Amino acid sequence: MSTILLIEQVLNGLQSGIMLFLMAAGLTLIFGVMGLINLAHGSLYMVGAFAAAAVAAATGSFVLALVAALVAAAAAGAIIELVVIRRLYDRDHLDQVLATFALILIFSEGTRWVFGSFPLYLDVPAALSGPVTLPGGILYPAYRLLIIAVGLVIAAGLFALIAKTRIGIQIRAGEADREMIAALGVDISKLYTMVFALGAALAGLAGALVGAIQSVQVGMGEPVLILAFVVIVIGGIGSIKGALVGALLVGLTDTLGSVLLPIFFASFMDQSSATAVGSALATMSIYILMAGVLLFKPTGLFGKA
Amino acid sequence: MISERTVNIFLFALLPVTVLAAWLLDEPFIITLATKAAILALAGVGLNIALGLGGLVSFGHAAFFGLGGYAMGILASHAQSYAPLMEVPFLIEGTKSMPVIWLVALVTSALAALAIGALSLRTSGVYFIMVTLAFGQMLYYFAISWPAYGGEDGLSIYVRNGFPGLNTLDPVQFFLIAFAVLTVGIFLAWRLARSAFGLALSAARQNAERVETVGLGPYRIRLVAFVISGAMTGLAGALFADLNRFVSPTMFSWHLSGELIVFCILGGVGRLYGPVAGAMLYVLLEHVLGGLSAYWHIYLGLLLLLVVLFARGGLIGLLSGREVAHE
Amino acid sequence: MSDLLDIRNLKKSFGALKATDDVSLTLRAGEIHALIGPNGAGKSTLIKQIAGGLRSDAGSVHFAGRDVTPLSTVARARAGLGRTFQISSLAMEYTVLQNVLLGALGQDGGVMRFFRPIMARNDLRDRAMTALTRVGLESHAAKRTADLSHGQRRQLEVAVALTLSPKVFLMDEPMAGLGASGSQRMTGFLDGLRSEAPILLVEHDMDAVFALADRISVLVYGRVIATGTADEIKADPAVREAYLGEEEEA
Repeated sequence: MSTILLIEQVLNGLQSGIMLFLMAAGLTLIFGVMGLINLAHGSLYMVGAFAAAAVAAATGSFVLALVAALVAAAAAGAIIELVVIRRLYDRDHLDQVLATFALILIFSEGTRWVFGSFPLYLDVPAALSGPVTLPGGILYPAYRLLIIAVGLVIAAGLFALIAKTRIGIQIRAGEADREMIAALGVDISKLYTMVFALGAALAGLAGALVGAIQSVQVGMGEPVLILAFVVIVIGGIGSIKGALVGALLVGLTDTLGSVLLPIFFASFMDQSSATAVGSALATMSIYILMAGVLLFKPTGLFGKA
Repeated sequence: MISERTVNIFLFALLPVTVLAAWLLDEPFIITLATKAAILALAGVGLNIALGLGGLVSFGHAAFFGLGGYAMGILASHAQSYAPLMEVPFLIEGTKSMPVIWLVALVTSALAALAIGALSLRTSGVYFIMVTLAFGQMLYYFAISWPAYGGEDGLSIYVRNGFPGLNTLDPVQFFLIAFAVLTVGIFLAWRLARSAFGLALSAARQNAERVETVGLGPYRIRLVAFVISGAMTGLAGALFADLNRFVSPTMFSWHLSGELIVFCILGGVGRLYGPVAGAMLYVLLEHVLGGLSAYWHIYLGLLLLLVVLFARGGLIGLLSGREVAHE
Repeated sequence: MSDLLDIRNLKKSFGALKATDDVSLTLRAGEIHALIGPNGAGKSTLIKQIAGGLRSDAGSVHFAGRDVTPLSTVARARAGLGRTFQISSLAMEYTVLQNVLLGALGQDGGVMRFFRPIMARNDLRDRAMTALTRVGLESHAAKRTADLSHGQRRQLEVAVALTLSPKVFLMDEPMAGLGASGSQRMTGFLDGLRSEAPILLVEHDMDAVFALADRISVLVYGRVIATGTADEIKADPAVREAYLGEEEEA
């Protein structure tokens, strides 16, 4: 296997990892601040992608499509927070899981009803559709590089938001102690709605960005949601840093595993069975990673004991 | 209001009465639906041991349901093609015998539950939910990508497997098999809840520290409960595959895990007959609403939301007028 | 070896706060050793360090001549440490009887029995009912634990510990919420209990402490500032200053 191909795969892994981070960051924030497990986070990812595809089809502008994704997902997030989610903060995890599972059913079928079962396509903007040449003569799609860059910028912004700003202080205080934050005179229910909408917007943005590479379809958020869970288990609940490290680990393991494992097995097996065994094992690789973390650090790499 | 016991007797009798009526009216499809409800109820009764009694919110029970299904599919497909499963180091042949398939399904899913439970139970709360979900998904992807047994397309079994002395192709007789297994499952779950083990398991849900202080290890108790629970759900998976004469990776899907939890909740959490009521209601809704609208999952979602937010005792709670499940 | 429980140099810090700081004390056969101190002195932390459930930063716990420091809560309970909690830690959905049965089951160890109803285990029921009778809760056996009063929950805590037939009792404020007559009754009961197994007693009720304790240790800011008989403690100037607050009140 050539170095160029390897570097390309590492970049692919980074790209999928950084998109996973956008999902996982929202989930982990919502869990950290409100103590809520939100299965419908994947639906918000889907909402973002559909909004982007619809707006792109109507206006032809990719930038407007991204704005639409952010707005639609944030609005959907705020609405479900106001109508359903806030009734769940004091409930046990079972109720949270069920209610948000119900939301998935409603979102998925509702989207299918409005948009039909056929996938939509969101085109990469023309200016970014070609490859760029990286140092060392590696050709890599410009759009994917942009995704990595956007993701990193958002990650930096998120860290800054939490470390430096007023709302960040409130978020950290809310993680530590709900009563304390109430004592600070913060309107908790407004803060919760905002945090939820922020998480939703991140998920929606990820959905739109990835939607331009893959197809936009009902159910697209679910595999990503489960990967984001794996990320959070690895990184530790409530930790943004853990979400970043976990997301990159999962993205790289998943991408490199599916390329490297078949090659590894081909070194001592015939090609077709090596491909079969290798790709079957590759689908399991991130879960094996997760199992390894559970064995040694059940609360995740950056989780509180 | 009706007592919970009366509701239970009514629920238990509902399935065979429905089948009897369907048989008299010559409606084989209704019999199939009742059989499906009985099998899903068995899966739910299994899950409820972990969920209701042990408080373990497993979002990965489809793993065991799917393994049970594939135990049936793999054994029957080898019997169907006359190719042994394995020749080295010893010969294992396929089989079309239900009791043998059930045994294999029980053992396989119990072993999987042991492995998944041993890891997942190192965590608790929301971690446990995510971890079980992830392990279930792992098996789903594995089933899709492993080409030997149909991969994404699944496996078809042409003739339903046999049970000594019965004609399993007759819908009524197959229903009776499924119903008998469900009855045994309910009976065992009932005894379990009242046994020494059940006392400790439920106490571990209510207060793990208390259980530790009397010198009992919650981890071991929960792991055993998880294994029993997974095995019962696995057996249901084998029956489900036999009902459809088909297995595919969708049996592993996390939607199925969610639906199993929904059965337990729709019927009423922590109630012995909760999953039975839930599974029957689900099959009924699927049939009635599914006939009215292709988007019936919206209505299911709304119903579920209403039950979670406003009717925590579930169906049995509504009927018997008691929110809280009692021993 | 008359020291059944021998606690050596236990330390536990939470951040900058030293909850327990080099605590050593012993519990001899047949005695009641009371542990007193103002709120936040580290008494509950110390109980957790002894019973398990909170890993010590340093120091060791020796029980019946054996170092149990590395053992889990479960293993320490099996070895014979019978603990009651400051804030009742009971299975609230269960009846009173079921809670005590759980203790009897823990003592019996036969938890991996899946089929036979626990109520058919007459040996466990007898054991459970005996314990309930001893604390005076026998008439409440069928009551839901959540419906008990605070004081009754304390009694139930003690009853569960009794079913374990422990070698040592660790009791965290068994008198709290009992009321005057209840406290008196519990005092009488604990007085008789010491011959069965010695008691390390954390308690705020000073009348009970002075009536019961063979020895008293005073914990202030995580340190034992004095150990001695009731009279010695009453006379100790450091204790008077730090804890009994004679100076300020006078």
